[in-house]
Amino acid sequence: MKKEMTYMDQVHSWGLRWNMFVMVLLLAFPVVVAILFRALPDWRGLIFGLIATAPMYWAVGVIETFTYIPMLGAGGSYLSFVTGNISNLKLPCALNALEQADVKANSDEGEVVSTIAIATSSIVTTIIIILGVVLLVPLSPILNSPVLEPAFAQILPALFGGLGVVFVSRNWKIAIAPVSLMLILFIAVPALNAGTVGIMVPVSVLFTLGVSRLLYKKGWL
Amino acid sequence: MTFYTNHPILFVLAGIIVAVVLAQSVFFLVKAWRRGVALGMDRAKLRRIAVTAAIFTIAPAVAIVISVITLAKDLGVALPWLRLSVVGSLSYETIAATNAESAMGLTFGQAPALNASQYVTISAVMTISIMVGIWLVPVVCRKLQSGMINLEQRDAKWADVFQASMFIGMISAFVGYVFCDVSTVLSGSFVGLIPVAVMAVSALVMCLSGLLVAKTKIRWISDYALPVSLIVGMASAIPITAWLS
Repeated sequence: MKKEMTYMDQVHSWGLRWNMFVMVLLLAFPVVVAILFRALPDWRGLIFGLIATAPMYWAVGVIETFTYIPMLGAGGSYLSFVTGNISNLKLPCALNALEQADVKANSDEGEVVSTIAIATSSIVTTIIIILGVVLLVPLSPILNSPVLEPAFAQILPALFGGLGVVFVSRNWKIAIAPVSLMLILFIAVPALNAGTVGIMVPVSVLFTLGVSRLLYKKGWL
Repeated sequence: MTFYTNHPILFVLAGIIVAVVLAQSVFFLVKAWRRGVALGMDRAKLRRIAVTAAIFTIAPAVAIVISVITLAKDLGVALPWLRLSVVGSLSYETIAATNAESAMGLTFGQAPALNASQYVTISAVMTISIMVGIWLVPVVCRKLQSGMINLEQRDAKWADVFQASMFIGMISAFVGYVFCDVSTVLSGSFVGLIPVAVMAVSALVMCLSGLLVAKTKIRWISDYALPVSLIVGMASAIPITAWLS
């Protein structure tokens, strides 16, 4: 008798199909443009452009995948890795929703809550970008105005101030070591900045897990 | 057909892909909603989660529109629209486009009108470079999720600590990033303190919201505390930047 699929089995099945479909469509974009405009790529530019870009992005992509999946849940992961902007939008959105609903990330309810938050966030983002593209001409001077520029330049501090105070205050014993380490590293190492913070997330997560395991074994948590 | 970076056909192609991604989001939203109802979760609670997520998303999404405008100067609107709606982010796409243009002897931000060959090359580099997450998630997601569930069954307390540690680890990296330019103070410039001050304002708003909930017992305030702290923090950046620059 065929075993009935659980909800989680279905999520993985849907995720596989949707993600593969989107991947094929994305890869088709440059191919279709090339066919329609009868233009071959600049092979030298393509090869050297990929050599300069792909190895770093692939390495970061692999690390990000393993780091973020346990936090995003299954449905949230399939969606987030298609729609992007994970650390600066989808993950904070899911964290806030889990906090708001007071459910564990790995529970059945947590899976539902994080998927609803991430799906809603993806829909709203997509619609706002569409509106932005449609209204690009009238919006450009407003969005690029020098008055608003500092506000949009400081999204991450504004986001992690609110989010950080909730999670750090509730888990202050866990937070002391990683926050201290990251402060020292980011202040002392000039190469660490907005461009490299994404690479530091897995480093910080691994360090925090190690310290937490030590504290847990000693019975301090 | 004569190529230019804002050719209508490019918008049609990008629009088809964006529509599919939008459909995926709606699909998962509906499935998760039905699952929540089947689990006995309160519909009003699910609605509040969706509304909060929507409000929270507005400001960062507007920032993504600004990124589209930034990239559009070189690439036209269609490609940045596609790349920033699906997978990408400004920093990733800028680096990919810069590397591709540089490999063809062009300078990002100063490139003349691109021809079709250059456009195909840039879009291929951007697409292939960023693709890992999309195919790797289906490969490893089930195993990682099973691992988390096994952990929960073996030692529920450690599983909670493990999850909290992952969140704290992620947040710690961004807290560190906020302080990355504070050493500018040593050279007499206070610009590096701007993000620190903005983060402090946002944290303060969050604390005040918590106090307000505790005093008034009005639960919905906490639902909107994070979006409000985000917006107030961003708004405070305007006078803070003027003051510290």
